[in-house]
Amino acid sequence: MVPIGHYLFLSLALFIIGVIGVVTRRNVIIILMSIELILNAVNINLVAFSRHWANIDGQLFSLFIITDAAAEAAVGLGIIIAFFKNRETLLADEMDLLKF
Amino acid sequence: MTPQQISQIAFYFFAGLAVLGAILTVTVRNVVHSAIFLITSLLATAGIFLTLGAQFVFAVQIILYVGGIMVLFIFVIMLVNLDVALHQLQFNRQKWVALLLALALGSQLGFAVWFAREQGVLDIPSGRAGTLSPQNVEQFGQALFEKYALPFEIASVLLLVALIGAVVMTKKRA
Repeated sequence: MVPIGHYLFLSLALFIIGVIGVVTRRNVIIILMSIELILNAVNINLVAFSRHWANIDGQLFSLFIITDAAAEAAVGLGIIIAFFKNRETLLADEMDLLKF
Repeated sequence: MTPQQISQIAFYFFAGLAVLGAILTVTVRNVVHSAIFLITSLLATAGIFLTLGAQFVFAVQIILYVGGIMVLFIFVIMLVNLDVALHQLQFNRQKWVALLLALALGSQLGFAVWFAREQGVLDIPSGRAGTLSPQNVEQFGQALFEKYALPFEIASVLLLVALIGAVVMTKKRA
């Protein structure tokens, strides 16, 4: 059995890579994908602790987080398409107006 | 090889694949390649869930994340892809901010895990809080529809709101 600390460090690594992606990339789609990476890291933690405490609740929470990720991706990509229609670009730096 | 060893090898294989896919996702220039590497990382994470004995989350991860969300992403990439975009600068000038943030978060969370291990929190507890069988899909369904029935319904409302929101965002201005 792999000790739970290894799962936590894997989740930590994925989380930090996601944060670096959010901060350094300019493309809005890649920023959204980095957010998916972060949510995924959280899921690993929840499922690892679910097995550690022999309790099913962690797996349920990870299911709710996946639901959230789906909702977030749908709305986020809708915003990206609306933004692209108006500005013909995908760069996050260009997002500086609330209303066109 | 014993099942123990197989599960250990599987864990380290999938962990390496997940980290590699994640690193390539945030460093590759092309958006489509980035999405493909993210799919690799998500599939490897599904494997991690399998080593943890979470069969249902494994299936949901593949069906929903890889089959649903990532297909949506690739659709949108194809809708908005510009050749111009590839020639633009792909990275912010925020390298040092990112490094600082990564160091701060990494040391903080790493210290938290290390401290928990020193305190013995991460040892296998003697008095388990619950009972989890190796085949736990049935337990999962029971908990979902009994203990967590209300959050489950709220999640469906959330999805409805997201559906309406996505349609409103993308429809043509009247």
